[in-house]
Amino acid sequence: MAQISMTVNGKVRKGNVDPRMLLVHFLREQLRLTGTHIGCDTTQCGACTVLVDGRSAKSCTIFAVQADGSTVTTIEGLAPDGDLHPLQEGFWEEHGLQCGYCTPGMIMAAVTLLKDNPKPSEREIREGISGNFCRCTGYQHIVNAIQYAANKG
Amino acid sequence: MISTPFEYSRATSLDDALAKLGATKGEGKFIAGGHSLVPLMKLRLSEPKILIDIARIPGLSGIREKDGKIEIGAGTVHHDVASSALLQRACPALSDCASEIGDPQVRNRGTLGGSLAHADPAADYPAMMLALDAEIQVKGPAASRVVKASDFFQGLFTVDLAADEIITGIQFTPVKSAGYAKLHQRASHFAIVGIGAALNVKNGVIQSARAGLTGASSHATRLTEVEKALEGKPATSASVEAAARGAGAALEDINSDIHGSAEYRRAMIPVFTERALKQALARIG
Amino acid sequence: MAVAPVLPKLVGQRTKRREDPRLIRGRGTYVDDIALIGMQHIVFKRSDVAHGRIRSIDTSAAKAMDGVEAVFTGAEIAEFLGPMPIGTPFPSPEHRAVAVDTVRFAGEPVAVVVAADRYIARDAADAIVVTYDTLPAVVDLELAMTGKPTVIHPAFPNNLAIALVPSGTGVSADGSTVDDSAVDAAFAKAEVVISQRMMNQRLAPSAMEPRGVVAHFEPGKESMTIWSSTQNPHILRSFIAALTGLGQDRVRAIAPEVGGGFGAKINIYGEEYVTAAISKRLGIPVKWTEDRSEAFVATTHGRDILGYVDLAAKRDGTVLGLKIRLIADIGAYNMLLTAAIPTLTMMMANATYNIPAIRTTLTEVFTNKTPTDAYRGAGRPEATYFVERAMDMLARELKMDPAELRRKNFIKPSQFPFATQMGAIYDSGDYEKALDLALKNAKWDQLKAERDAARAQGRLVGLGLSMYVEVCGIGPSAALPTGGWEHSQVTIERDGRISATTGASPHGQGNETTFAQMLADQFGVPMDDITILHGDTGVVKQGIGTFGSRSQAVGGAALQMAGAKVKTKMAKFAAALLEAHEDDLVFENGMISVKGSPASGKSFASVAAYAYVPVPLPPGLEPGLSDEAFFEPSNNTYPFGCHISMMEIDRQTGEPTLLRMVAVDDAGNLINPLIVEGQIHGGLAQGIGQAMIEEVVYNEDGQLMTGSFMDYAIPRAIDFPRFELDATVTPTPVNPLGAKGVGEAGTLGSTPSIVAAAVDALSGFGVKHIDMMLRPEKLWRIIQGGQQGQGGQS
Repeated sequence: MAQISMTVNGKVRKGNVDPRMLLVHFLREQLRLTGTHIGCDTTQCGACTVLVDGRSAKSCTIFAVQADGSTVTTIEGLAPDGDLHPLQEGFWEEHGLQCGYCTPGMIMAAVTLLKDNPKPSEREIREGISGNFCRCTGYQHIVNAIQYAANKG
Repeated sequence: MISTPFEYSRATSLDDALAKLGATKGEGKFIAGGHSLVPLMKLRLSEPKILIDIARIPGLSGIREKDGKIEIGAGTVHHDVASSALLQRACPALSDCASEIGDPQVRNRGTLGGSLAHADPAADYPAMMLALDAEIQVKGPAASRVVKASDFFQGLFTVDLAADEIITGIQFTPVKSAGYAKLHQRASHFAIVGIGAALNVKNGVIQSARAGLTGASSHATRLTEVEKALEGKPATSASVEAAARGAGAALEDINSDIHGSAEYRRAMIPVFTERALKQALARIG
Repeated sequence: MAVAPVLPKLVGQRTKRREDPRLIRGRGTYVDDIALIGMQHIVFKRSDVAHGRIRSIDTSAAKAMDGVEAVFTGAEIAEFLGPMPIGTPFPSPEHRAVAVDTVRFAGEPVAVVVAADRYIARDAADAIVVTYDTLPAVVDLELAMTGKPTVIHPAFPNNLAIALVPSGTGVSADGSTVDDSAVDAAFAKAEVVISQRMMNQRLAPSAMEPRGVVAHFEPGKESMTIWSSTQNPHILRSFIAALTGLGQDRVRAIAPEVGGGFGAKINIYGEEYVTAAISKRLGIPVKWTEDRSEAFVATTHGRDILGYVDLAAKRDGTVLGLKIRLIADIGAYNMLLTAAIPTLTMMMANATYNIPAIRTTLTEVFTNKTPTDAYRGAGRPEATYFVERAMDMLARELKMDPAELRRKNFIKPSQFPFATQMGAIYDSGDYEKALDLALKNAKWDQLKAERDAARAQGRLVGLGLSMYVEVCGIGPSAALPTGGWEHSQVTIERDGRISATTGASPHGQGNETTFAQMLADQFGVPMDDITILHGDTGVVKQGIGTFGSRSQAVGGAALQMAGAKVKTKMAKFAAALLEAHEDDLVFENGMISVKGSPASGKSFASVAAYAYVPVPLPPGLEPGLSDEAFFEPSNNTYPFGCHISMMEIDRQTGEPTLLRMVAVDDAGNLINPLIVEGQIHGGLAQGIGQAMIEEVVYNEDGQLMTGSFMDYAIPRAIDFPRFELDATVTPTPVNPLGAKGVGEAGTLGSTPSIVAAAVDALSGFGVKHIDMMLRPEKLWRIIQGGQQGQGGQS
């Protein structure tokens, strides 16, 4: 077992974990932050996307021990309680989700997209979320949602 | 999916990393971004007993210009290569190549050294390493050495790297007139065929050329016939079209899978060679 | 008294979804988010051979591991769990949730581990050693029909689950008598006959949330709660009750947030039965969560139907007759609806056209593959594909504009309700209107000019057009073994808020929003005062579930009926308070008042309060405001539309790029156009995915070659252009809402339209048909001229 400590959504969280525990399992099962989802096992779908040290990362492809000492932001920590991040607002306004399973990862990927490129073109948005699968929406309303947030930001 | 159990430790320096690896007696592996290794471990296709995390070794990542050459630390993530102002100015094809790897999240974590050490036959970087005539910096317990990319990629998942060595970085002379063109596998976004190409042009004449191929065979391979065909030719579309035509013709053992038969891959080598070369041409001057 | 704010009418508005605030914050609860005290984890050991007899299973090492609670082989499971039921009346071989002596597809479970956590369970599953006497595997459906090299189920010679079941013109309702004369006559007088073998390939539904189950049997209460990622908790409850021997009153099934289904979560799976049975056996809560790698083999696949299509016509384009011989590769077993899915292909063979004579036959074949079942569209995209491809080929043969050929053969608006050759009664339609709007939106003539201009530059650009009609809102009960109705209960709570249940269990469809919009309008109250409850058989008394685009058309109608009953009763209470006649009352802006004198009204909440403390109790009334309704539709609904696409193919690589996707869909009346758009977008994405990049591939040994997202391509945002949507509105008479259903529409017209565009783009190479998916190499070969006349590329 390994002792780890990381700042998750602004709080220092400690754990005693099997080194092979994935970051996504640490977040979901030890910290009970279940907004981060698991949709595949080959680093494709992006449902598990969180921010690690400020950038989008697939938490199913990181062992929790690797994130020891890191700063992690999950969907639950994106906006203070009661508030919505402009991207969350955009997804709501523009019907950017249906079943909602891909949504947290999609939003976290979009956070980094807009950080790198605050005024992306539609093509750049589509490329920027190419690490995230959505099976419900056909992506068009997701693109609109990110445009909404970009216009607001 | 869950990997088999392993012990984990973090290296504080290169010497520490090598010492820790040596102590595992062959049962250890380095992990940096982990974006080649972790997926394999989750599928239990790789079962190291000990992981030594090298991601936080100071100085292992970064892109620097030094004496006309560019050095990139092994721990540099693909995103940093893709977005480097230095590279975009001096060697934009390498940034392009990095931006073709995986997807944004993968590029935020995956490292240059990890990609080179893993040497997936469909990885993007190796083709560009060959095109840039890059040198791979390798450090062992006793000594450091430099391996030319053309000597480094030796076979399927096999590179010139001893079990007790680590890749510390690469160095290369930047070439602005270079390009990278890739036929995407639509599911994984790996290369079905990927070509890196670089031209050294003076007064409108190609002095020398280098081209590297990935995706089509067991390991990244130089396309020497293309290189030879371009030497001394005017830097024109007609020259590169003619040179590309025979690209890969001499290759044996072309890969074949559901995404592309050997025949198709073979036919795509000239197509993407021409596209990479035309990108290079467009950057002359 | 303050004047009540005027509430806008919500039905027909692009209302933002009420589900979203929790989901965009990561506060939804999906099955894998559920943790119970003492809960153990299940992992299945699965076969790595496609066909074989189990020679031995050694579970001793697994059992000896720390943290392992129990290990069961298939034989041990069979001691306390019976064979799996199916939901269709077709003959079917015995199917055990965990194989007892023979495995018939790679990925079939052979043993089960129960352990303290999923890590230990996985290690223990790996420690189980299974040896097989490998048998030959068969993966090609036409080879399987020869009975060689293997017969998968001894009671089904030549691997035929069913053989040559006829339907259409001259076939009696029960199928017992067949008169071919009309069909033969049609083909005898044909001036042109199009004949084509077409494969509608196998797909992996791939909801982003893999399946999962938590089962909690409470020994003290002799009752079971089961959470599952399912589209139909009530059907799950019935089957779990039957197999565990508990009554339906002792089983509570909950579908919490469900992360997409697309038909693949209709089936009741072995993992659900096993998880429930083990919880009951051990008396502890247990959880199973599917890995994606597991989903590729363990969750039902879709489509995989071969069609031999013959279309007879006159040279002026008049269609005379149609024959389709269907052969469905159903995989190794019959699942809940497996056998019935291709019957929907037969049912919809009439498409949007007046076709005087149609003969379809259906053969279903076992192979050593994952079983098939419903996948978005479920039988109707196949019918649309076969007929529309043939129509496209006919247009090409006759050098007619594909739109004009359709127009010539349409069923006319005056012909509705229209009895088809296949026994369906199309409820309503105006196909020409949808076609014309699509042509106008696409600027069809200009598009043709653009295509021709691109071709003049040497580019390979093509246009495709497809009509579709589908069957939705499936009912009445004669059409569904589960019953064809839907249920709702509407309760005005004592504080004047409204809670309403629906048996239509959503997984992304937004019922919490659309149903609240309807009730808000019905009762004249704010939507915020309404809660829609679903997905829990402990709360929702009865229900069928969500499939076949039936939530709105059937579930919505039940909700409105239940609401109407409660409203009638509430009006009686209000009438007593207001000393007015109930027929003179209006419900609006949170008030109930006499028509024309809003100031005299009572607040909605005060009438509700009175109904629960009715002093005095109006004569003839019981206290309380709650009522329910079962809506049984008289018929299905038949939405339709037209999809137009434009494609460019890279001459050097064969890579196709979709440039335009123009869709006109007619789903009848729309409750929430924003949600409808989302549904169509999603359907288009899956239809385009099928046409262009999705295909399940097995090798000859029955090993899945597309067992992960590394090899099975799910469309990404970069794979699509911006979809161009529009709608015509032709209400249905079969339900009071006039709504037809829209969940599957996008998958129907898009695929044949895209393939038509690809054929058009490559028409210069002499190609007439290309089987899906449009693999770049396949297109490249056509361009090279190397493979003409082979396979589907004739």
